[in-house]
Amino acid sequence: MTVHQNITDETRPAYNYAYLDEQTKRMIRRALLKAVAIPGYQVPFGSREMPLARGWGTGGIQVTAAIIGPDDTLKVIDQGADDTTNAVSIRRFFERTADARTTEATHEATIIQTRHRIPEAPLKAGQIMVYQVPQPEPLRKLEPHETETRKMHAWAEYGLMQVKLYENIARFGEVTTTYDYPVMVNGRYVMAPSPIPKFDNPKMQMSPALQLFGAGREKRIYAVPPHTSVRSLDFDDHPFRIQSWEQPCALCGAADSYLDEVVIDDQGGRMFVCSDSHHCETRRADGHRGAMLADASALHLVEDEAKP
Amino acid sequence: MAPNDTLIAAGFADPVFQSQGAFRALLAALSEPGLACDLGDAIVPPAGLEAATAVALLTLADYETPIWLPAALRDGPAGAWLRFHCGTALVDDPARAAFVMIDGAAPEPRLAAFNAGDDQFPDRSTTVLIQCAGFEGGEAVTLEGPGIAGQRSIAPIGLRPGFWAEVEDNAAVYPLGVDLLLVHGAQVLGLPRSTQIVGTR
Amino acid sequence: MYVAVKGGEAAILATHDLVAEARRGDESVPELGVAQIREQLGLACGRVMNEGSLYDPDLAALALKQAQGDAIEAAFLMRAYRTTLPRFGSSEPLDTARMAIRRRVSATYKDLPGGQVLGPTYDYTHRLFDFSLMDETAPSETQARPAAQPLDASMPRVPDILGAEGLMEEEAPPAGDPRPFDLTREPVTFPAERDVRLQAMARGDEGFLLGLGYSVQRGFGGNHPFVGEIRVGEVAVEYVPEELGFAVDLGDITLTECQMVNQFAGSKEVPPQFTRGYGLSFGHSERKAMSMSLVDRALKCREFGEAATYPAQQDEFVLYHSDNVEAAGFVEHLKLPHYVDFQGELELIRRIRKEREQRLAEQQSEALPEAAE
Repeated sequence: MTVHQNITDETRPAYNYAYLDEQTKRMIRRALLKAVAIPGYQVPFGSREMPLARGWGTGGIQVTAAIIGPDDTLKVIDQGADDTTNAVSIRRFFERTADARTTEATHEATIIQTRHRIPEAPLKAGQIMVYQVPQPEPLRKLEPHETETRKMHAWAEYGLMQVKLYENIARFGEVTTTYDYPVMVNGRYVMAPSPIPKFDNPKMQMSPALQLFGAGREKRIYAVPPHTSVRSLDFDDHPFRIQSWEQPCALCGAADSYLDEVVIDDQGGRMFVCSDSHHCETRRADGHRGAMLADASALHLVEDEAKP
Repeated sequence: MAPNDTLIAAGFADPVFQSQGAFRALLAALSEPGLACDLGDAIVPPAGLEAATAVALLTLADYETPIWLPAALRDGPAGAWLRFHCGTALVDDPARAAFVMIDGAAPEPRLAAFNAGDDQFPDRSTTVLIQCAGFEGGEAVTLEGPGIAGQRSIAPIGLRPGFWAEVEDNAAVYPLGVDLLLVHGAQVLGLPRSTQIVGTR
Repeated sequence: MYVAVKGGEAAILATHDLVAEARRGDESVPELGVAQIREQLGLACGRVMNEGSLYDPDLAALALKQAQGDAIEAAFLMRAYRTTLPRFGSSEPLDTARMAIRRRVSATYKDLPGGQVLGPTYDYTHRLFDFSLMDETAPSETQARPAAQPLDASMPRVPDILGAEGLMEEEAPPAGDPRPFDLTREPVTFPAERDVRLQAMARGDEGFLLGLGYSVQRGFGGNHPFVGEIRVGEVAVEYVPEELGFAVDLGDITLTECQMVNQFAGSKEVPPQFTRGYGLSFGHSERKAMSMSLVDRALKCREFGEAATYPAQQDEFVLYHSDNVEAAGFVEHLKLPHYVDFQGELELIRRIRKEREQRLAEQQSEALPEAAE
């Protein structure tokens, strides 16, 4: 990641706080206020070119850069974990450009920038979730033209989406969308929740936190204010349901968290562990022990905080 | 011309951080309608603008966002101050403005005079700053909608008769509509178009 | 066993060291100078300036050096730098009629005022390796002989010649000559106006535009193009500072301009005339400018009331997919971890298969007694 250009000191540009110039921040802030006023509606914005690749979180980064201040504590996760490479890279970006105070603890964070997960710990009032969004248009896979999908939203014409979901049911007996599962926001706009697993969709419903969504490449910003209805699309005879696993987390024993699958040998061996790394660590520190924690600890693959 | 008409008062002393703080208060105001949020007392506003009006416009307005003000303010120090600090155009037609400031007690212009956006781009609508006499002691109004857990009651004072009926009409055209920020002193209270008026007394 | 990913930061820093090592290659081979790249890989620098949307040959050369010659990575470096630069204003429109010509060819006239100027072109090389270039110490014959006569002072643009006869679609600036749209600052909406389309193509991927231009030519687009003119040379950039009120010469930039002449049947209101496809690019970049002018004409289908049947005629398709920095970012983001979403798919496919097996087993056990009879 090239944040600072390697040019001579006399000409080295001084980057503004949080990288973006003030005019750009104002433009993004105006878009955010409109987004909050029209929950679930995608506001076009003048997305800037960023020193990170498109598709790697430039939308989320621009939103975070436009809102972050010295009083904030930032948490960055990717796949639920604080230590995945892209999360590390984005956290470093804000440490360097905004001198940001960062944390891995969900409850300490005032801003949580995320790719693909909502933390397991319940969000609180005053917290802001910033989602990185690759494709903000929930109808795009059904209709490639922006000119058409914009009309569908304008007229709340979502029949195509209902038909697609029902075709799934006819073929497989259930809706086969497992992530980026479309939601209806405030009874008006169908919205892409970003590629979070549908397991996380219920956490958006009436959340006390403010939820902001940034799609840099597609140049859209949208939002869900606190205490807003976010309903996963479903049918009376096929109600929405989330993923479940037959076994708890192998490290902390959690039976109600989203699990990642880890292939442990070439004999078909698998273990399932929490995708939310901070949640898992906190539970282990509280003395919760999963079936394979001792093995993993003995191999120094994880710290077993419960041990002396 | 009196000397203090030609002097333009200062804007933010520290634009980066003062505008960031003010923006977060504005974001809170519109994401939790009816909740009074403090924009701080970082600046001395020009005559005719409440402190929060001045701070909000400094934070959000620039050459891309035309502003409409009542004629008396537009042609006075407030207009000069906004032109200087925001580099913004002050327009005659309220429907062309991205931001407007009105006196809550004045009979005109009506909320319907502003731009409510269009069905494909409802975001291209006016944000209306309404200066009122206070956030307590007025007609009690019960609000519902996004950003409100259950219901919230407010009682701002110094608003023209029929004001709440206008707000109801604005909410009725959702997702079109203007977004309102009631202003008093250093505080703002948001009433985005998504907020429903469920009762007044 | 469980692969913990702690230490991501150290791993990231290590990749920076490794890429620096890979970039340098064998240290017994002398390091490339930025000036060498600028002077000896000028066409590559041109491409990086176009797709990086910034005219700066030195930075383009640096970008190519830093990116190990990867044009898209180099364009990305240029873009990420460009976005931080302050803007002083817009230059005056460039006058390509006053270009200091290095090359100028027309396919529509055998001869014309100013004549055909072949200039530096690979067109008539036989693509035979010049093995003498393997030996960089050997002196090479690089000095071109001066032309017998100087170039004509007047080099009118071919579409202007056709225009004087009323045969060429007239193109005038929009009413009031507003500042062109800036797609790096404002979100694009569709249908996109021509200023937006040309701007997007000017920074668009050469390969993508080449493919689209080719598709138009082969039949996926109803145009019959002729190269009215290609011209390459230097043009002065002028700027009017607010405080001076008159134009100041900022220097010359090298440009390639292509104007395609296309047939058009005309309509009730408009007599038959030729229509224009326009391409303009930084540096000597004919392939880019020609491709752009083919696609520009195809995208004008809406203005001429033609059906937009083919990809090159659809502004949304062309504009959304021509930006290689965006496209590369999104394609390459697929290598980021996706295991949360993939786990959702795994859970689903396993469950559907299990339910199917159970169903089949039940059907089989119901069918068995009858089979025994």
